[in-house]
Amino acid sequence: MTPAIELRATRRAFGSVVALDSVSLTIAPGEFFALLGPSGSGKTTCLRLIAGFDQPDSGTILLDGEDVTNTPPFARNVNTVFQDYALFPHMTVAENVAYGLRVRGIAAAERAKQAAAMLDLVRLGDFGARRPHQLSGGQRQRVALARALINRPQVLLLDEPLGALDLKLREEMQAELKGLQQRLGITFVFVTHDQGEALSMADRVAVFSQGRIEQLDTPRELYNRPQTAFVASFVGSANVVGREAAQVLTGRDLAFAIRPELIDILASGEPAADGYVQCAGEVVDVLYHGASSRLRVKVDEHTTLAVACAETAGSGVAGLTTGTRVRLAWRPEHAVQLQG
Amino acid sequence: MAGRAEFSLQGRRSFYFALLLAPPLLWLGIVYLGSLFTLLLQSFYAIDEFTARIVPEFTLATYRQLLTRPAHIDIIVRTLLMAVAVTLASAVIAFPVALYMARYAGPRLKALFYVGVMLPMWTSYLVKVYAWRLILAKQGIASWGFEHLGLMGALDKALQVPVVGGPSLASSYIGMFVVFVYMWLPFMILPLAAALERVPASLLQASADLGARPGQTFRNVVLPLALPGLAAGSIFTFSLTLGDYIIPSVVGAPGYFIGMMVYQQQGTAGNLPLAAAFSVVPIVLIGLYLMLARRLGAFDAL
Amino acid sequence: MRSEQPRRPSWERPSLFTKVMAAVGLVFLHAPVWVITLYAFTTEDRTYQFPPPGLTLHWFDVAFARTDIWESMRLSLLVASAATLLAITLGTLAAFALARRTFSGKESITLLFVLPIALPGILTGLALLAGIRTVGIDPGFWTIVAGHATFCLVIVYNNVVARLRRIPPSWVEASMDLGARGHQTFRHVLLPQIATALLAGGMLAFALSFDEIIVTLFTAGHERTLPIWFYSELFRPRERPVTNVVAVVVILVTLVPILLAYYLTRPDEQSSSN
Repeated sequence: MTPAIELRATRRAFGSVVALDSVSLTIAPGEFFALLGPSGSGKTTCLRLIAGFDQPDSGTILLDGEDVTNTPPFARNVNTVFQDYALFPHMTVAENVAYGLRVRGIAAAERAKQAAAMLDLVRLGDFGARRPHQLSGGQRQRVALARALINRPQVLLLDEPLGALDLKLREEMQAELKGLQQRLGITFVFVTHDQGEALSMADRVAVFSQGRIEQLDTPRELYNRPQTAFVASFVGSANVVGREAAQVLTGRDLAFAIRPELIDILASGEPAADGYVQCAGEVVDVLYHGASSRLRVKVDEHTTLAVACAETAGSGVAGLTTGTRVRLAWRPEHAVQLQG
Repeated sequence: MAGRAEFSLQGRRSFYFALLLAPPLLWLGIVYLGSLFTLLLQSFYAIDEFTARIVPEFTLATYRQLLTRPAHIDIIVRTLLMAVAVTLASAVIAFPVALYMARYAGPRLKALFYVGVMLPMWTSYLVKVYAWRLILAKQGIASWGFEHLGLMGALDKALQVPVVGGPSLASSYIGMFVVFVYMWLPFMILPLAAALERVPASLLQASADLGARPGQTFRNVVLPLALPGLAAGSIFTFSLTLGDYIIPSVVGAPGYFIGMMVYQQQGTAGNLPLAAAFSVVPIVLIGLYLMLARRLGAFDAL
Repeated sequence: MRSEQPRRPSWERPSLFTKVMAAVGLVFLHAPVWVITLYAFTTEDRTYQFPPPGLTLHWFDVAFARTDIWESMRLSLLVASAATLLAITLGTLAAFALARRTFSGKESITLLFVLPIALPGILTGLALLAGIRTVGIDPGFWTIVAGHATFCLVIVYNNVVARLRRIPPSWVEASMDLGARGHQTFRHVLLPQIATALLAGGMLAFALSFDEIIVTLFTAGHERTLPIWFYSELFRPRERPVTNVVAVVVILVTLVPILLAYYLTRPDEQSSSN
């Protein structure tokens, strides 16, 4: 099956700063794909190259099998929802949405009809005559969506779509975007620095760091089997144990990562189950989170492990304070080996 | 492969960019820079004493003439002193206006002040000069005012001070000074107000919190932060005074100023090289002043 | 006014000195214009007597009958129109070129675009005169226009470039993304945004050209614009009160574009980005 988007060895540098270092990836049609990474990691550059706002220094970009590296943005079958929405303030909402049709020469009556249909799709049917400044942040984003979708692109690019929204709205929009994508069946590619967002919405995620893709996988794989220390600590939180510390704790000098919720605190006197890795340490601090607590336990001079415990009755967590000595245990297969 | 074909994004952008920039750049380059260059060139020519014609040969004779004749030095010093005096006075008078406008006036009053300062700035230069000529004249408003305030005696004494005095306000350096200050005042007020507005209120509150009285806060916090604005405004008052030739000829004492000298030399005296040489003086002085002003942060305040 | 603002603590209010000096400063700035306006109505015709012995509109009639004034006014209007058109064209082109793109030498070119108003007028005037003489043209209408256009284009440029810089780059990208070609983006997205700045710049340029004297004295040759007429009246007046009348007319004529330009460039919540 022809990939919807393919990047081959794409490289982009700005002066001495290498934004994208020979990156290759393929995105299948109909996928909800996330480009995840901290700021400066190259994810936004990657998006802009796909959209056509920038050209790679070397490498190729293919859309639906066709080489578009030299094609300007208005000739690509790709549309973008911008981080600041980029709605034109001197046009009404309906005029904004119809813009893509207007510049292609579609007649006014037809434009109005399609724009109205689009606004209904994003549940803003009555807002056509309003101006952007009269809308709330969430409403503006939906207008931007409608505007980008009116050209029926094969790929929709979203640049940090939920960044400007508050928590409640963000959760609503996540569900809405996911639903929209499934209904339309087109490829969505979005950029985010929020790993929670990427995990909850995407079918596959590419984790970027310093211009390279560290890992490209489904959210479950990324979380349960991170391949590098960066991915382990960026996606969810993890204890990353280096080789020397691993030697002390497990007897083998292989760096590994273990999620805080997979470490058990043994009650005093309770023996560890067979095969479990054990160690002992002193509680350094306790943060109460309501449903769970997060403890930091110092197991040796250089290593402090984060442990997450559910606050269920009888778990004994409530009695732990700073200074208490505890014993920790975990299953060896929960410790994920790291490369690099 | 991804080669840089003729249709590359960068190439297309560069082409349109060059297309846009070419006409205005050519205009400024040829008409403006070209003229400046010919002027500079003229300053390196000299007038033949006998034929009174310009000899197009490179020489430093004109500059020597400029800098060695005591009368010329007088002119330069006189103009410089006036520029400095005007700058200082403008700063003092502008400060309360700018301070009130920037920090104390409510939004409507602030807009009123802003328009109130901007309008005179854009009103016709000649009309303003002419107005002052009327005001300062012997039977004009100024005299009337002094008389009714019983200050006629003081005015007469002031006019009798050597150098700056004169037969009347309209033909004395005092009068000229007042007109200069008036003309450039808006140019001092606006950058100063902008700089004062940028001082965060939290700084003043911190100063008060730490025990400083209002006068101390003003001296230690407001004034230093307003300095870039003052420097920016002073660039205008300084350079505008230095190069002016109309005000000294309309309101003022017989002594020549640089501007007047330039105008006269290129006109009746027909000595374009000397006029050119004279016009280089303000550039040099302004250049030096700009370097000083930059140290004080004027460029950030513009 | 007092009811709009919350009451300030007594130690945060401006001192009486500041308030008085601020008012004095403002009055000082406007007084001369009021004085001249008053004198346009005075009955006596010789000196600048204050208070004026009487008020009359007689001098307005006399002024309107003077053909030399109308000639000069006509010339000034023509020059200003021509210079403004030239300035709008060149200034806008330059603004689009220099708004965002960085390139080597940008600082020098930006400096070049500041020079015409940064350097003293006498320098510009003398330089243009030297240029005119070197090339061998006769000073006249077009040399005046050329001189004016040179600094008027800087005014337009400043206005338009300031507005352009406030437009987020994402708008242009969004327009391209939705399928618009360069000229469509310009027409639908950029032009509506810069329209007011362009108009304001044009009006300021017109006002500036209309009462320009410093450079014009060098480039005019035998032509007499209104400011040149005015200037000669300063030294060899025919009828002083008529000069006052002309002064009042000039004030009014330039007041309108200035105020309009101000209202057009005030930050407007409706038409700018959120």
